[in-house]
Amino acid sequence: MTRLGQLRSEARFNLLGFRRSPAATFFTVVLPIIFLVIFTSIFGNEIISSTGARVATVYVPGILALALVSANFMNAAIVTVIRRESGVLKAMRATPLPPWVYVGGQVVASLVLTAFMTALVIGIGWLGYSVEVQPGAVPSLLITLGVGAAAFSALGLAVTCVCTSEQAAPAITNMCVLPLYFVSDVFIPSDGAPRWMTFIGDIFPIKHLAVALGRTFDPFSEGVPLPAWHWLILGAWGVFGVLVTLRFFRWTPRN
Amino acid sequence: MSGGAHLAIEVTGLRKRYGEVEAVSGVDLSVATGEVVAFLGPNGAGKTTTVEILEGLRTRSSGDVQVLGVDPAEATAEWRERIGVVLQGAKHEGDFTAAEIVTMWSAYYRSPRPTPEVLHLVGLAEAAGTRTRRLSGGQKQRLAVALALVGDPELVFLDEPTTGFDPAARREAWQTIDGLRSLGVTVLLTTHYMDEADHLADRIAVISRGRIVADGTALELAAQVAMPSQISWDAAELSPGVLPDRLRDLLRGQDASMRSRTAVGTAAVERQTERRAERPALATRDVDEVVRELLAAAEEAGTRLDSLAVQPPTLEDTYLALTGDSSSGDGS
Repeated sequence: MTRLGQLRSEARFNLLGFRRSPAATFFTVVLPIIFLVIFTSIFGNEIISSTGARVATVYVPGILALALVSANFMNAAIVTVIRRESGVLKAMRATPLPPWVYVGGQVVASLVLTAFMTALVIGIGWLGYSVEVQPGAVPSLLITLGVGAAAFSALGLAVTCVCTSEQAAPAITNMCVLPLYFVSDVFIPSDGAPRWMTFIGDIFPIKHLAVALGRTFDPFSEGVPLPAWHWLILGAWGVFGVLVTLRFFRWTPRN
Repeated sequence: MSGGAHLAIEVTGLRKRYGEVEAVSGVDLSVATGEVVAFLGPNGAGKTTTVEILEGLRTRSSGDVQVLGVDPAEATAEWRERIGVVLQGAKHEGDFTAAEIVTMWSAYYRSPRPTPEVLHLVGLAEAAGTRTRRLSGGQKQRLAVALALVGDPELVFLDEPTTGFDPAARREAWQTIDGLRSLGVTVLLTTHYMDEADHLADRIAVISRGRIVADGTALELAAQVAMPSQISWDAAELSPGVLPDRLRDLLRGQDASMRSRTAVGTAAVERQTERRAERPALATRDVDEVVRELLAAAEEAGTRLDSLAVQPPTLEDTYLALTGDSSSGDGS
């Protein structure tokens, strides 16, 4: 089979496995939508006096960031650790499949999931809460999604290096992202948060993803939003993920 | 051994050390094209390490290795097209059906066998649509063999294909492996069951503590260690008391050594002693001589010896003697 055919086949089976896994589907597809509905219901979809935008313009990009992290980071990391610990990755190494095609197949599957979740979240935001992406902001949105997906896919592979077992993977990946959501403009705006909290948010990549996405939903932004600084920091985290993966990734079970 | 085109595997002086421990200490092994060879040894003998070096999944410390004319340390995708690997205990994702997993893996090869054909080969045709989590142990192992066959390999490695199986699952796995022979595939399998090696393989290479200690058919191995046969009869027909001195001394000596070995619980010793009193048994390598003497003694006593039985050494005895696992020191 051609490399392209192999890539497509890998991506297809990754997505099939995802669809058949209730846990993966719930955490990546259902939970973000539940959060979106809960938050906009609790806080109402009022116009915020300070910015003049509706509450949902804050939650739609925040929840989109959550879905992207879930699809590219959590899901990919957990699947990879399960395959490693069950010996499947090792067996794969004995086949002619190049490692990059295997990794590529997983990244493509994550991208498809990201595209699906983007359409779903934006669609619900638009139909339910009158949140719109400005036409001029579409290229920025796509770049942000692309850079974010690449960075979190790389970090997803990197985090498998510290997951010692199948059971540890969901715990460790959640530990990485859950606290950060609260200081990264995902669940709540960090405007009024203490200094140290905004500082932590600024260091890690989730806030940069959420803020960059937020810029593309800002109804009052003038001209084309260019959150270049946030892209750069996301990119740097992506490079860090690639370096850790290249150095520490293993194909063989730990146990 | 000179490198010939007819050799699928050629290994000389293979060594692998992990820090202070030498897992493989000088293995020589050759497997001819089309041959089915069993690599037999106890746990920790170095079987898996050796096989994984041959599969190109592990590096070696020293020695020469040629698999299908290529050094596995420099494995290319080209070479991987030609081998099939069944690792010890790999578990495939339970949410996929057997057919889906085979199809997924067939994409890894340039000219794969069609999925239905592969499933048929390993006898999984009826289970094609079954999610792998619902397959039995034997069926899961067949699926693993199917994945090794999907690329139409010349050489297949099977690492402990039946460990932990119940007898029915084991029988199933054996049938599948026997089926490989008809495909003309060269097979190297590891096992710690002598009967499995004897059943499946043309030749058995026995490994113990990182070294090959014997190499040949089951019969040749038995001859090599020359384990004694057991000769027994009913005491009711011929009492040990009327035996000639030589046999009586031999019997007494062996009874004593049995008692010293079975000194774990007095009940066990008593039972053994009782049994040997009813049915005396002699271990000997000179079956002919002992049988003649017994028959002569019987004739002298004016009795028939219909209960006389000669039991050749079992495969297990041979195996234990070869791998030095025997606590009794028999066959030394």
